[in-house]
Amino acid sequence: MAIDLDRCTGCEACVAACHAENNISISTPEQAAEGRTTHWIRVDRYYEGAFPDVKVKYMPVLCQQCDEAPCEPVCPTYATYHNPEGLNVQVYNRCVGTFYCANNCPYTVRYFNWFDPVWPEPLQLQHNPDVAVRMAGVMEKCTFCIQRIRRGKDEAQTAGQPVADGDIQPACVQSCPAEAMVFGDLNDPESKVSRMAESSRATRLLEDLGTKPKVFYLERGR
Amino acid sequence: MFATQKQPELLPYGKIREDLFRPLSGMTRKYFAAILIPLLIILFGAYAWTVQLRFGMGVTGLQRPVFWGFYIVDFVFWIGISHAGTLISAILRLTDAGWRKPITRAAEAITLFALMIGGLFPIIHLGRAWYFYWLIPYPNMRLLWPNFRSPLLWDLTAILTYVTGSAIYLYLPLIPDMAQLAQHNVPWRRKLYHALSLGWTGSDTEWHALERAMKLMAGIILAVAISVHTVVAWDFAMAIAPMWHSTIFGPYFVVGAIFSGLAGLMIVMAAIRKFMGLEQYLTRHHFDNLAKLLLLMSILWLYFTLAEHLTVWYGNDPADMAVFGARTRTRFAFLFWLMVGVNFVVPFVLLGIRKLRGITTGVIASFGILLGMFLERYIIVVPTLSVTRLPAASSNFYSPSWVELAITAATFAGMIVLYLLFSKLFPIIAVWEFKPHPHEDEI
Repeated sequence: MAIDLDRCTGCEACVAACHAENNISISTPEQAAEGRTTHWIRVDRYYEGAFPDVKVKYMPVLCQQCDEAPCEPVCPTYATYHNPEGLNVQVYNRCVGTFYCANNCPYTVRYFNWFDPVWPEPLQLQHNPDVAVRMAGVMEKCTFCIQRIRRGKDEAQTAGQPVADGDIQPACVQSCPAEAMVFGDLNDPESKVSRMAESSRATRLLEDLGTKPKVFYLERGR
Repeated sequence: MFATQKQPELLPYGKIREDLFRPLSGMTRKYFAAILIPLLIILFGAYAWTVQLRFGMGVTGLQRPVFWGFYIVDFVFWIGISHAGTLISAILRLTDAGWRKPITRAAEAITLFALMIGGLFPIIHLGRAWYFYWLIPYPNMRLLWPNFRSPLLWDLTAILTYVTGSAIYLYLPLIPDMAQLAQHNVPWRRKLYHALSLGWTGSDTEWHALERAMKLMAGIILAVAISVHTVVAWDFAMAIAPMWHSTIFGPYFVVGAIFSGLAGLMIVMAAIRKFMGLEQYLTRHHFDNLAKLLLLMSILWLYFTLAEHLTVWYGNDPADMAVFGARTRTRFAFLFWLMVGVNFVVPFVLLGIRKLRGITTGVIASFGILLGMFLERYIIVVPTLSVTRLPAASSNFYSPSWVELAITAATFAGMIVLYLLFSKLFPIIAVWEFKPHPHEDEI
C-alpha cells in the first residue's frame, strides 16, 4: 500500500469505511475519553507552529504489515503470524490476550476488545457477513481487508484471468475521496503501488527499526 | 555488643524443641482474627476477578497504549519477593554460614508462597484467562504447539521450574522435623507428619543422603532463581520499546528481586519473632546481618539504576529520551524520586549508621523498600508504554481501577494467610539444625 500525504485531507472517510467493512465496534464517548476507541486505521494529527499560525498535518496510520513484524515472535499461541502471502494476520480464536504483541508494536496499531463489542441502533443491522465479530478479550488489527483480497482472487480465478492492478481495493482505499491511498501488488514492478514506492518522496514509518513495513508514505512536497 | 543475648545454638536442645514445636498446637482468638481479616480481603479480590472475567478487561484501568499495568507490576513484584528464600538459604547453606539456621525455613516458605501468588498474575492478566492452558505444550486438538520464540513461554517454563524446585528445596529440610513430630498427640497431625517424614529414621546414611541432596538443590535453585528473574526481565528487554530494550535488565532485575526479597524476609522475621515469641532464636545478631545484606543490595540497586539512566541520558536517543523525561522530569517524576528516596536514601541512613541500625528501623526501611520496589516496576512498565514512538498515539490515561487494586490487596492478604497456615502446620524454624552433633555431649 502507498499513501500520498500530499493528497490526504484528514477527512477520516477511510476510518468510517473501515468501521463499516470490518465490523469494528463503536465506542461510547465515555470509552473514548478513557482511550478505549478502536480504529483499525486512524488519522494522526500533528500540529506545526503557534496559534494563530497553525498548520495541521495528517497521517493515516494502519497496520504496516511488516515483513519483520515485532508483534509476531512474541505471541505465545501463534495468534499473530505471517501468512504465505506476506500479510501479518491475526487469528482471533487463538488469541488468549497477553497484550504482548500490542506492546511490541512500534506503531500502536493493535486494538483490544475490552468488552464484548456493541453497536448503537441500527448499525448492528449492517454487519459485513464476510468478517467475524470479535469477542471480548482478544486483540485485533487491520487485515488489509483480507476478505476483499480473497474475493478478488476467487473472482479472477473463476474468470480465468490474473488479478488486474487496482481490482482489489481495501475499504479505506476505495473510500478515499482524494485518492491518497493506493493498494496493489508490491511484487509486480508495473503496478501503481510499486511505482509510487519507487518515488523519491517515498518513505516508511520508523524504518530504522528494521521492521520492513509494507506501507509506503509519500512525503509532502515542500 | 550482643553479649547479654544468648545465641540460640547455646540453648539446651530439649528447650529448643519445646519452644519451636509449641506454636503448632493451640488456637488463639488472635490467630483467628489474623487469618479471618485477610480471608475477607481475598474474598473481595476473588469477587473483583469474577467481575473482570464476566465483563472483560475493560473493568481494569488499562487502555491503548498502556496494555500492561498493575497486574504485570504485581507479577514482577511477587516473583522478586520469592528471591528471599533462595538467596538467604542457598547462598548461606553453600557457604555454611552458621547464622542462617533460624532463618532458612522462614525464607524458603516465602519463596514458595510468593511464587504461587506471582504465578497467578500472568493468568489474571490474560484477556481470556480461561484459555491460559493454551500456553502449555501438550499434544492437543488444536494441533498447535506453543511459540517458544515468545519470552512469555520462557517465562512459563522458568516459573514452573522454580515453583517445583523451591517446593522440593523447602521440603527436604522439613523431613527430619517431620520425623520428630510423627509422635504428635493429635491423630490427624500424627498421620500428616508421619506421611511427610517418608519413614525417616535418622540413620547415618539418611543424614548423608539428605545433606547431599540439600547441597545439590541449593546449587540448582540458585541457578534457577537467577535465570527466572532474568527471564522476567527479558519479557521487557526483548521488546523493542524504548527503555525496555536494555541489556542490563537481566542482572538489574535479579538485584532488585533479591533486594525486595530481603526486605520481605526482614518484615516476616520481625513478625514471627514478635507474634510467636521467638526472641531467643531470632536475635539482633540475625537482624544485624540481614540489615547489612540489605544495605549492600540497596547500593547495588542504586548502581544499576544509575548505570541504566545515565547511559540513556548521555546517549540522547529521542525515543528513549521521551520515556526518560516522563520518568524523571514530568508525569512520573514524583514516583521516580520517591522510589530513589525509599530504596536508597532511607535505607542508607537507617541501616548504614550503626547507631540507628536495629530491628524497628530495619522493618521501617524494609517497608519503604517494598514500596520502592513496587514503584520501580511501575516506573519500568507504565511510562514506556504511555510514551509511544508515534507521538500522536501517546496517552495520559492509565491509573489502576478498583478491580486491580482489590486483586493486588488480595495477594498481600494471601501471603499472610498462607504464612499463618504454614506456621501452624510446620515449625517455622528448622529444629533439627540445632541438634548437637553426636560426638558432642548431650545436654
